[in-house]
Amino acid sequence: MATITIDGKEFDVDDTENLLAVALSKGFDLPYFCWHPELHSVGACRQCAVKSYRNDEDDKGMLVMACMTPCSDGGRFEIDDEEAAEMRRQVIEWLMTNHPHDCPVCEEGGECHLQDMTLMAGHTQRRYRGPKRTHKNQDLGPFINHEMNRCIACYRCVRYYRDYADGDDLRALGSHNNVYFGRESDGAFDNEFSGNLVEVCPTGVFTDKTLGAHYNRKWDMQNAPGICNHCSLGCNTSPGSRQGVLKRIQNRYHGEINHYFLCDRGRFGAGFVNRDDRPRQPLVRNADGVLEPREMDVMRDTMEEVFAQANGVVGVGSPRASLEDNFALRHLVGADNFTNGMAPADSAASVAARDAIAANADRLATLREVESCDAVLILGEDVTQTAPRLALSLRQSRRNKHLEHAAANKIPKWHARAVRDIGQYNNSPIFSATTSATRLDDIVMTPQRLRPAAIAELGFAVAHALDNTAPKVEQLDADTQALVDAIAETLKGAKKPLIVAGTSLGDPAILKAAANATKALAAANEATRLFVTLAEANSLGMAMMEERDIDHALTAVEDGSADTLVVMQNCLYERAPKARVDAVIKKAKNVVVLDHSMTRTVGEATHVLPSGSFAESDGTLVNNEGRAQRFFQLFIPDAPMQEGWRWAADLAEVAGNKPEWLGMDDLIKTIVADCPQFAGIEDAAPSQSFRKFGMRFPRSPHRFSGRTAMYANVDVRERRPEVDPDSPLAYSMEGYYGEQQPPSTIAYAWSPGWDSNQAAITRFQDEVGGHLKGGDPGIRLFAAPGAAAEFWAAEVTAVDGWQAVPVYHIFGSESQSARAPAIAERMPKPEYRVNAEAAKALGVTAGDSFELAVNGETHAFPLAIDPSLPDRTIGVPVGMHGVCGLRLPVEVKP
Amino acid sequence: MIFGISEHEILSIVVTAILTIVTLMGSVIMAALMIPIERRLLGLWQDRYGPNRVGPFGSLQVVADMIKIFFKEDWIPPFADKAVFVIAPAIIMFTTLMAFAVIPFTESWTIANLNVGILFLLAMSSLGVYSVIFAGWSSDNKYALLGSMRTAAQMISYEVFMGLSLLGVVLLAGSFNLGDIVESQRGMWNVIPQFPAFVIFFIAGCAEIHRAPFDLPEAEQELTAGYHTEYSGMKFGMFFVGEYLGIVLISCLVTTLFFGGWLGPWLPGFVWFFLKAFFFMCFFILLRAATVRPRYDQLMAFGWKVLLPIALLNVAITGAIVVAQS
Amino acid sequence: MKNAAQNAFSATSSVLRTIGMTFMHSFRKRDTILYPEEKPYLPPRYRGRIVLTRDPDGAERCVACNLCSVACPVDCISVVKTEDETGRWYPETFRINFSRCIYCGYCEDACPTYAIQLTPDFEMGEFDRQNMVYEKSDLLISGVGKRPGYNFYRVAGMSVGGKDKGQAENEAEPVDIKTLLP
Repeated sequence: MATITIDGKEFDVDDTENLLAVALSKGFDLPYFCWHPELHSVGACRQCAVKSYRNDEDDKGMLVMACMTPCSDGGRFEIDDEEAAEMRRQVIEWLMTNHPHDCPVCEEGGECHLQDMTLMAGHTQRRYRGPKRTHKNQDLGPFINHEMNRCIACYRCVRYYRDYADGDDLRALGSHNNVYFGRESDGAFDNEFSGNLVEVCPTGVFTDKTLGAHYNRKWDMQNAPGICNHCSLGCNTSPGSRQGVLKRIQNRYHGEINHYFLCDRGRFGAGFVNRDDRPRQPLVRNADGVLEPREMDVMRDTMEEVFAQANGVVGVGSPRASLEDNFALRHLVGADNFTNGMAPADSAASVAARDAIAANADRLATLREVESCDAVLILGEDVTQTAPRLALSLRQSRRNKHLEHAAANKIPKWHARAVRDIGQYNNSPIFSATTSATRLDDIVMTPQRLRPAAIAELGFAVAHALDNTAPKVEQLDADTQALVDAIAETLKGAKKPLIVAGTSLGDPAILKAAANATKALAAANEATRLFVTLAEANSLGMAMMEERDIDHALTAVEDGSADTLVVMQNCLYERAPKARVDAVIKKAKNVVVLDHSMTRTVGEATHVLPSGSFAESDGTLVNNEGRAQRFFQLFIPDAPMQEGWRWAADLAEVAGNKPEWLGMDDLIKTIVADCPQFAGIEDAAPSQSFRKFGMRFPRSPHRFSGRTAMYANVDVRERRPEVDPDSPLAYSMEGYYGEQQPPSTIAYAWSPGWDSNQAAITRFQDEVGGHLKGGDPGIRLFAAPGAAAEFWAAEVTAVDGWQAVPVYHIFGSESQSARAPAIAERMPKPEYRVNAEAAKALGVTAGDSFELAVNGETHAFPLAIDPSLPDRTIGVPVGMHGVCGLRLPVEVKP
Repeated sequence: MIFGISEHEILSIVVTAILTIVTLMGSVIMAALMIPIERRLLGLWQDRYGPNRVGPFGSLQVVADMIKIFFKEDWIPPFADKAVFVIAPAIIMFTTLMAFAVIPFTESWTIANLNVGILFLLAMSSLGVYSVIFAGWSSDNKYALLGSMRTAAQMISYEVFMGLSLLGVVLLAGSFNLGDIVESQRGMWNVIPQFPAFVIFFIAGCAEIHRAPFDLPEAEQELTAGYHTEYSGMKFGMFFVGEYLGIVLISCLVTTLFFGGWLGPWLPGFVWFFLKAFFFMCFFILLRAATVRPRYDQLMAFGWKVLLPIALLNVAITGAIVVAQS
Repeated sequence: MKNAAQNAFSATSSVLRTIGMTFMHSFRKRDTILYPEEKPYLPPRYRGRIVLTRDPDGAERCVACNLCSVACPVDCISVVKTEDETGRWYPETFRINFSRCIYCGYCEDACPTYAIQLTPDFEMGEFDRQNMVYEKSDLLISGVGKRPGYNFYRVAGMSVGGKDKGQAENEAEPVDIKTLLP
C-alpha cells in the first residue's frame, strides 16, 4: 500500500499499480488512449499527462505520463493543473489533425472513446488547415469494417491482436505519419477474437459490420443483460436492439468470466434472432403435410385435443434452453417422462463433468483465474473451437512466466513493453493432448495427438505419477511414461497448476482422469485448479436436472409407451441419427415442438409453438463452473411468441395439469423447491418486485430518441409503455441507472463523459479491471465441495479399429450461431480428415469425395489430409451442414 | 272580483309580473351582452380587435360562448360537498337578481317600490357573500378556500363603507325609497353635493362584485381562479354571469343614487336610465383595462384607513348641513 | 401629514391618469394582423415546417446520423439509416411526428450537414392527427434551403459514390503502404 495525493486529496492505493489506473479507479476523469486495463501501459500516446511534484516544497513540478508513473508512497500529483491540461489539449489536437470529418457517418459515433477524450481534454476547434492524410481501406470479412482514415495511431489494435490474442495477420505497416494498421491483403482476420477490436479501437477504424448493416446509435438501443448462449462458459453480453430487431452483441463486463473480451462466435453469432424463417406464430401441420399458421385461441383448442388423445407423453428438454424452460416442460410431461435432450455420449460426459465439478467445487477455476495459472494441462479439448473464450485466457496464463521474470528484475507488472521484452519466449508451460492439431499449439509444449481413450489414459497416468494412490494405468510405453513424468514434474513445480478437460469428445473417462489429476495435485498444492468445459450454454444445468438422455424419449415412442413427443428448443436430428429420428417422428401421433428457429425438427413437427429466443425471454443458465446466471428479455416481439416456459405452462393447463406458479419468480421458487440442487438460483438476479429508490432499471440509455415517431406511421397515438412482468427492468429509459444498481441488472455501460463500452464500465468497477461494485453477477451452485471424493478407476474404452472423432469449428459447430448470416459466411466447408497413411490405407487422396457411415447415418464429404491425426482416425465435422446426429467418438468401418 | 281580488289588483299583479319578467330578462341579457362588449372594449383599449369572427363584428360571440358553456360536461369533483357545491352559484344569481326588484328604471317601472329599498339592496348584497364562501368551502381545494376567505373579508369590509356612503344620499332625500331618492335629484344630481359618497360607493361597489382592480378573490396569478377554481360548465357560467349582473346592478345603482336615475330632458326616462347605466358599465371595463390589482393588505388598509374616515366625515358634514338647512 | 396628502394626491392622479391614457388608446391604430386575410411577414429564419434539403449536386443531404432525433426534446424524429451500394449513408426512413413537434429548432442546430432546416411556413393544421406524421417523401425538397454550397460528403473522409479516398476537400493522396521510402 502507498499513500499518494491527487489534486490535494489523499488516497491509500495499491503501490503495484500505475497512477492512471489508480486515478480512474478513484473516479478522476483523465484522458487516455494507448493504455487499456488488460493491455497495460506503453506510454505512447502522451495523453494522460499530469503534474508530479517531488515533495511538499516543490511548487514547479514536472509533467509525467500517468500510465508510466508508479504510485510510490508520498507521491503528489495534480491532474487539474493548467500546464498538464494544456499539454493534454495539445496532444489531442495533434492526434486529431488528420482525423476525418466523419463523425455523422461513423458507426463509432456516440460511443467513441476519441470523441469522449477530445471533449474531456477540451479540444473543440480544429485549427489545422493543411491537407489530411488518407488511407485505402481493406475488406476484413463479414465481421469487421475497416475505415483507416480515422486512425490516430494509438497502437491499441496491434497490441491487443498480436500481444494479447497472439494473432499474426494484423500489423502496423509503414512509418511516421503513414502508419497503417491492417492485413497484408484483404480478407477476414484469422484470429477467433478479432471482434474485440471493435471495442478496443478507441475510434471508428474497426467497427462492427453486422451492426452497420442495420445501424443505429448506442443511445437508441434497447439493451438487456444477456448471457451468451453459444458455449458453456456463460460470458456476459449486452445485446442491443431497436424496434424489435437485434442489432448487435456487445461485451458486458464480468470480473470473473469474460471481463473485457468475447469470442467472435459470441459477438457475431446472434444474427439467428433476426432470421425471416423463424416460426413467428403457432403452426399446425394440415392434411397436405404443410405447416399452416393458427390463431392463439384456435391453437388452444387444438392442443387440448392433442393432449386429450395422447397415449403417453414424453418430453425432450434441451441443454441450450434455460432452466425455467426445461423445468416447465418437466412439469408438463411429468418428471418421469422428461429427458435432458442430450445425445447419450454427451449426456454421459456431461454427468461425469457434473460429478467432477461437484467433487472439486472449491478448486474450480473461473475464467479469470485461468489467466493466473502458471502450468496447464489440457485433456482432449480443442478449446478454441469448443469454448473459445477459454483459449484467450489460456494465452494469458502462459505470460505468468514473463511476469515472474519482470518481478525478479523489479519491473512493474503494468509496464507492458518491458515485461514482454524481459519475458522473451519464456512461457509458462501448457501441455495439451487432443485428437488433432489445435489453434493453441503455438503455445503448447510438445502437443500430443491421441485418440480419446489414450487421452484419458494420459490423464490417469499423470494422476498416478502425482499421487501413487491414484489408480495406475497399465502398459504405458516408455515415451509416454517420460512425458507423463515431465508433465507431473512441471505441474508439481507450479505455483498454481490448472487441469482443463471437457465433454467435446463425449468420453466420460477424460473427465474422470482430469478429476483424478486434480485431486492428486491438490494434495500437494492447495492452489490447484480444475476447469471443465461442456457442450452448450446449459449443459451443466441439464446434467444437474436430469440424467436420462434423449435415447430414453426415442425408445419410449419406439416401444409404444408414448405416442406424443414434446420438444423444447431442441433439434432431434442434432442428437440422434437421422434414420432413427425419422422413424420416431413417423411413429409418434403428434410431435409438438417449442422452438425459436426453423430447425429440421420444426420442419417435421405436427405442432409448432414459437418460443422466444434469448432475446425474447428471461431465463437462468448454469455455466461450466456451476454459476447460475440470469439473462433478461431484450424486447417484446411483435408476434404471438412467448417464453418456452410460458408455452409449457399453457400446455400444462390445457392438459389438465395447471401449474401453481404464476410468474418468473414463482417459477424459480418452484424449481428450487422441486430440485434442491438448484438452491441459490433465485439470488442470481433480483426479483421482479425489486426496486432501487422505488425505481426499475432502464433498458435504454436516457437519451433514447424517436419515442413519439418510431411507430407514428402505424398510429400517431403513442404506445403504452410495456411493463415487464418478469424482471425489475423497464422497457424504457426511465428508472435508476448507476453504481448502486445490482450488477446483474446493468443493461449497458455509460457514465457521464464516458460513452465507450470499455471505458464507461470503469465507474461500475471496484477498481479498474477488477470486480463489479456489488459483486460479479451469478450464483455458484457448487460453492462447497461435496463429500471427499475417491479416485475414479482408470477405466477407458479403447477402440482398436477405425475410429471417428469429432472435429469442431468455432463457426458452425454450434447450431444457433450457425444460423447467423455473418457466422455462416465464415463456416468452413465440411470435410473428412485423415492423416496421409490412413488416406493411403483407404485408397483415397485429398479432395476426393468420401462416403462414411457413422451410426447408420451416411454422408459424403471431400477428404482432407490432416497430418496431425492419429492413425486409423477419421476426423468428422460436427454440427454443421447436415452432420448433426453424430455423437462421437465411435468405431466406424470405412 | 275573482277569488276575492279586485280587478284593479289583478291588473297590478299582471303588470308587476310582466315588469318582473322584462326586468329579469333585460338584466340577464344585458349581463350576457356585457361579455362580448367587455372583450371588444378591452381589445379596443389594448390596441387589438377582440373577438370579431363570429357574426358581424363578433356580435354572435356571446351565442357561441353560451352554446359552448351549455354543452360542457356538468362536473362535480368527487371530493366536493355536492349539495353546497351546487347551491353556491345559484345564490349569487339569486341575490343579485333580487336586488334589481327595487330599482326604479322609470317613474312607473319599479317592481317592488319598497320604503326601505336601500336596506333591501344592502341586505341582498350581503347575502351574496354566502355564495362565495359556500363555493370555496365546498370545493375542498386550498385555492378555492383562500379565495373565498379573502372575499368574505373584502365584501364584509366594503359593505360597511358602501352603506355609510349611502347615508348621505338618504339624508338629502329624506327617504330610503329609491324612487324618492331619484325624485329628490330633480334640482341637482346627488353626485355634486355627495361627490365623496359617489366615489366611495363606486369603489365599494367595485369591491362588492370583485371586479378588477379588486378581483383578489379570483386573482389567477396566485389562486388559479380563487373560489370557482373547481367549477366548470354551467355552474361556472352562473358565477361568470353573476359577476356581469353585478356590474349591471352597481351601474344601475350609481345611476339611481347619484345621477338622477331616469331624469333627463327630451328622451324617455328609461333611455336616459339605460344610457347613464351603460356609461358606468363601460367605465367598469375601462377600469379593468387601466388599473392594477392591489395587494390584499393594501386593499384592507385602504378600506379601513381611508374610505371609512371619509365616509364618516361625509355623513357628519351632510348631516350637519341638513340640520342647518332645516 | 403633508407627505400623506402628497401621496394621496399623486396616487389618485396616477390612477386617473392611467384611466385617461387607457381611454385614449381608443383612438390608436390596432396592432393585430387579421391573419387569414392579411399574411404576416415571416423572416427566413422563422421556425416553421421542417424540410430536408439536398446538396448542391442534387443528392440528399441527410446522412442519417441521428443527431436531430437525439436532440429533439419531444423525441418526434425517427431516422433509420441505410447505405447505398457505394457506402453513402442516407435515411431509409425519416419521419417527423408534427403533432408532437414544438418547432424549437434544436434539430436544425444539431444537423452537421445542414440537411434539416426549419422554414417560414406554419400553416400545417389537419383535421386528422394521423396526417401530421410526415415521412421522408413529404419532407424532402429539391433545393439547398438556407445553406447553398455545402456538401458534407465533399468534406468527409469516407469514400462514397464517385469520390474515392484522397479526393475530398483538403485531402492528400492515399498513403502507399507498400513503399519503402520514409
